[in-house]
Amino acid sequence: MRHIIAILMENEAGALSRVAGLFSARGYNIESLTVAPTEDPTLSRMTLVTKGSDSVIEQITKQLNKLIEVIKIIDLSEGDHIEREMMLVKIRAASKDREEIKRTADIFRGHIIDVSEKSYTIELTGTGEKLDAFLAAVDSGLILEVVRTGASGIGRGERTLKI
Amino acid sequence: MSTELTGAEITIRCLQEEGITHIFGYPGGAVLFIYDELFKQKKVKHVLVRHEQAAIHAADGYARSSHKPGVALVTSGPGLTNAVTGIATAYMDSIPMVIISGQVPTRAIGMDAFQEVDSVGITRPCVKHNFLVKDIADLAVTIKKAFYIASTGRPGPVLVDIPKDITQHKTLFEYPDSVTMRSYTPVTKGHPGQIKKALQLIMQAKRPMVYSGGGVILSNASAQLTNLIRTLGFPCTNTLMGLGGYPATDNQFVGMPGMHGTYEANMAMQNCDVLVAVGARFDDRVIGNPEHFFNRDRKIIHIDIDPSSISKRVQVDVPIVGDISEVLTELDKQLKAQKGKPDQAAIKAWWDQIEQWRTRDCLKYDRESKLIKPQFVVEQLYKATKGNAFVTSDVGQHQMWAAQFYKFDKPRRWINSGGLGTMGFGLPSAMGVQFANPKDTVACVTGEASIQMCIQELSTCKQYHLPIKIVNLNNRYMGMVRQWQEFFHGNRYSESYMDALPDFVRLAESYGHVGMRIEKPEDVEGAFKEAFKLKDRLVFLDFITDQTENVFPMIPGGKGLSEMILV
Repeated sequence: MRHIIAILMENEAGALSRVAGLFSARGYNIESLTVAPTEDPTLSRMTLVTKGSDSVIEQITKQLNKLIEVIKIIDLSEGDHIEREMMLVKIRAASKDREEIKRTADIFRGHIIDVSEKSYTIELTGTGEKLDAFLAAVDSGLILEVVRTGASGIGRGERTLKI
Repeated sequence: MSTELTGAEITIRCLQEEGITHIFGYPGGAVLFIYDELFKQKKVKHVLVRHEQAAIHAADGYARSSHKPGVALVTSGPGLTNAVTGIATAYMDSIPMVIISGQVPTRAIGMDAFQEVDSVGITRPCVKHNFLVKDIADLAVTIKKAFYIASTGRPGPVLVDIPKDITQHKTLFEYPDSVTMRSYTPVTKGHPGQIKKALQLIMQAKRPMVYSGGGVILSNASAQLTNLIRTLGFPCTNTLMGLGGYPATDNQFVGMPGMHGTYEANMAMQNCDVLVAVGARFDDRVIGNPEHFFNRDRKIIHIDIDPSSISKRVQVDVPIVGDISEVLTELDKQLKAQKGKPDQAAIKAWWDQIEQWRTRDCLKYDRESKLIKPQFVVEQLYKATKGNAFVTSDVGQHQMWAAQFYKFDKPRRWINSGGLGTMGFGLPSAMGVQFANPKDTVACVTGEASIQMCIQELSTCKQYHLPIKIVNLNNRYMGMVRQWQEFFHGNRYSESYMDALPDFVRLAESYGHVGMRIEKPEDVEGAFKEAFKLKDRLVFLDFITDQTENVFPMIPGGKGLSEMILV
């Protein structure tokens, strides 16, 4: 099963490689991983998407907790949560396709953030499925480049991950 | 007004403040300033090894036999890479240790400088934690943290990598009394509710079994465990890492479990209805195939300080996370507060069954042989030392025979590389043990293959007059490899024959030690007598043993606890 795990850790050099190293050393999957400092610059917040059986996920959370720099972790998929991913897509937009692409971007509530004679660059935010759906809706021959951030997640309502 | 100290001075001062009396190391370019400070003081005694791997193993043996953290000092680059085997060995067996490594100056890091290696990167998977000190202001607190992390929670090695320029920079020295880390707060107290549940299971048990491991030794909980087991009247097995946790000469001890465990221990593990696992981790060498293990229905209580050890290889019914000693204190308190007693009739019947398994005499061997049997040598060592020696070992058949035939009644007397299985561990770890216990007898049970992996340390032993007794079970084979090749690879002894062996007697003598070669069973006892009379000398006893002897019982890889090959 797919799990989305949020990790609060010390914002120190090498902390990310400890997490990445743990996953490769123990043979766990990483589907995506995002990390950046929080409002408190001494802390980093990481969102990690992984897949595994219940016992594997249990080991993953225990092993993450064991890392000295990890302060707290929460398996967001154990409760209500919101997740978002951002994507930048560069699409070949020659005269005959321009209108169609703009309309598709609007339907998906994307923004065109860069325009050239032959291309649009579109910014799109949503769940991973929504981003997949957008890519499926565009003629694959027109897609020049795709950049995705991987999922970020947060609990719904009062559910927070703080020290 | 305190004066400013250099990073090198601070490093040594920190060790003094921690009460460290011995460090094991090898100098080199990046640590020259630290060595210079070592030279100027007397409190911290430096032991010069002949290879960095040995420095770590010696610090390891020191820690295992003394319950104090071991400390090693190595230089950058090859100094550190040589140390990695030792660090991984300590990590697998959860040994508290602080390793200080030199690093190239900060401005040279990443420049492929001479003797530069990414020490923090290389050691990351085999340390509990590691640090690269980039600012002199962080040095003292980092070393404090290193000792704190290494010796609390589930212990382990911690590396502090110090660039050369940091050892020259100056700052005011202040060593903190204690340190708290928001990201590291190990749990020590077990949950009383879980302990209560465990006690209920213990009281209902009809076929109980206590399975204790290295955690009991690390937590200094042997006496408590022993009392508890005697009160309950349960059978007990100690893993390879846990030998000495419960006295081996006691009738309630059924031997070691696992791949080369006793028939009775393995049968009791497999057939018990309540298994109390204390500081043990259901290692693949202990329970064999986990699916086979679950052919039988039993309830499992698992006490361990590391939550990730629980329900890792086997699902357990009552997990208790905490320091073994604290958990056993609470368990004992709850036990005394209630009136119930285990089912005496059922336990009597269980013991009858165990006694019947015992009659299988699974450790028997040919005592009439004209060749020296390795088991006999270990038995004679036990006799000669009255069971009181510290015994280190290398890895292989000799290690198993030492574990099976030397009856350890006390904790911290049996020193071996259980998790990583590092050949070359025996002699250097014996040096650390001897430094920690200068008045005690230290023996290293080894084989002619293992001993050659760190043989250079005979020189260190000479320099420091370490009277270690090396018991070399010389069968001219990598015995355990040969055994597997005999059983599972059609007797094709691929590269397992140790050709061109040195004359160990003359080798020992050339290092300034005493060498003895023993070729007949009737000479074994006398050789030990003679060797142990030489109290201030290292004696290398080269026993020429039966080449064909195998370790029994044996559970082949992938098989279950009750699928042993027996003699």
